Amino acid sequence: MLEQKADSQPPTCPSSGRDPDEPAARAESADPAGRGDRAVVRDALGVGVAVGLSGFAFGVTAAGAGLSLPQTCGLSLFVFTGASQFALVGALAAGAAPLAAAAGAFFLGVRNAFYGLRLATLLRLPRAVRPLAAHMVIDETAAVTLAQGTRRGARIGFTVTGVTLFVLWNLTTLLGALGAGALGDTGTWGLDAAGPAVFLALLAPMLRTTAARATAVLAVALGLGLLPVLPGGVPVLLAALAAPLVLLVRGRTRKGTAAEAPRDDGDRTDDADRTGNDGDADEADAEEPGEERR
Amino acid sequence: MNVWIAIGATALGCYAAKLLGLSVPQGMLERPVVKRLVTLLPVALLAALTAQQTFSDGGTLLLDAKAAGLGAAAVALLLRAPFLVVVAAAVLVTAAVRALVQGG
Repeated sequence: MLEQKADSQPPTCPSSGRDPDEPAARAESADPAGRGDRAVVRDALGVGVAVGLSGFAFGVTAAGAGLSLPQTCGLSLFVFTGASQFALVGALAAGAAPLAAAAGAFFLGVRNAFYGLRLATLLRLPRAVRPLAAHMVIDETAAVTLAQGTRRGARIGFTVTGVTLFVLWNLTTLLGALGAGALGDTGTWGLDAAGPAVFLALLAPMLRTTAARATAVLAVALGLGLLPVLPGGVPVLLAALAAPLVLLVRGRTRKGTAAEAPRDDGDRTDDADRTGNDGDADEADAEEPGEERR
Repeated sequence: MNVWIAIGATALGCYAAKLLGLSVPQGMLERPVVKRLVTLLPVALLAALTAQQTFSDGGTLLLDAKAAGLGAAAVALLLRAPFLVVVAAAVLVTAAVRALVQGG
C-alpha cells in the first residue's frame, strides 16, 4: 500500500528541501517522458555547476571561522550537505561545544533521509551501490532526480548531478579556503552574509504553509531570545522545538474546529511557482485528509 | 581537536541519515506525524540559524550591515533570482553598506 502510494506520486521535487533550482524546474515543465539523455545531463550539469560554485562561499566562511584547510575540506568531502556544513561552522565560530554544534548540523541533515526514501523507489539501486550513492543524497540531486519521468532518466540525473556537485563543491571549497587568506578580513567583503543568505534561500520555498510560517516565526524568537542567555549551539537546538510545538498546537486546534480549518497553502502560489515545485503543495493537500482521520 | 570531533560527529550523523533513507523499508518513516515533523524541523532550524547568524556576533545580539545584506537576499528571492544571485546580493550589499559606513 505504501509502495503504491509512493509510485502513484508524480515525480516531483522533494517536500522539505531547498530551492530545487531552476534547471530542474524547467525539466518538470518540459515533457518529461520525451526528453533525451542529453537534456537530463544538461539539467544535471546546470544544477551541479550553479550550486558547486557556492562552495567557494563555504570555503571562505569556514576559513574565516578559524577552521584549518584540512578541516574545511574534510567537511565538504565527508559531510557533503551544504546547510549542515554552514550550520556547523557558524556554531563553532560562535563558540558552541563540538557536540552541540554537531547536533544542530545533524538535525538539518535528517531531511536527506526523506529524500533517500523517495529516491529509493525511483532509482531501485542495487544493494552494493547504496553506500556510495547515499553520500550523494542531498537537496539538489533529489530535485533533479525526482523531476525525471523515467528510471533511466532518474539514474542519469542522479549520477551526473551528484558527481558534478561533489567535484565542484570540494574544488571550490578548497579555493575558497585558500583564497580566504588573500582576502584578509572576510567581513570587509561581506562574505559573513553568505551563510545566512544560503539559509534564507533554502528556507524561502518551505514557507508555503501556515504551519511552516508559524514555525519559522517561533524559531526566530526562540533562537534570538535564548542566544544571550545560553551557551552557543544550544539556542538553535531549542529553537528546533518550534516544529513539534506548532504541530501540537495545530493538532489541538484542528480537533476543535476541524470543519472550518483554513486551507494552509492556498494563498502563496507565487512561492510554488518560483521553485517549479508545485508537487509540494499537492503533497501538503494530500496530507490533510490523513490528519483529519487521525 | 574539538573541531575534529564536531566534524566527525556531523559527518557520521549526516551520512547515516542519507543511508537510512535509501535503505529502510518505505513504511517506517512514512507515518504522517513523522513526515510533518520532518517537514517542519528544517524550517525551524533554518529560520533560527538565519536570524542568529544575521543578528548576532557570538553570544551577543547586534544589528549591522548583514541585516541589509539579508534584506537584499530576501528581495532577490521574491524576484525569483537563482540561488547564486541570492547569495551574491547578500554579500555585495553587506560589503557596500560596510564600505559606506566606514567611508562616511
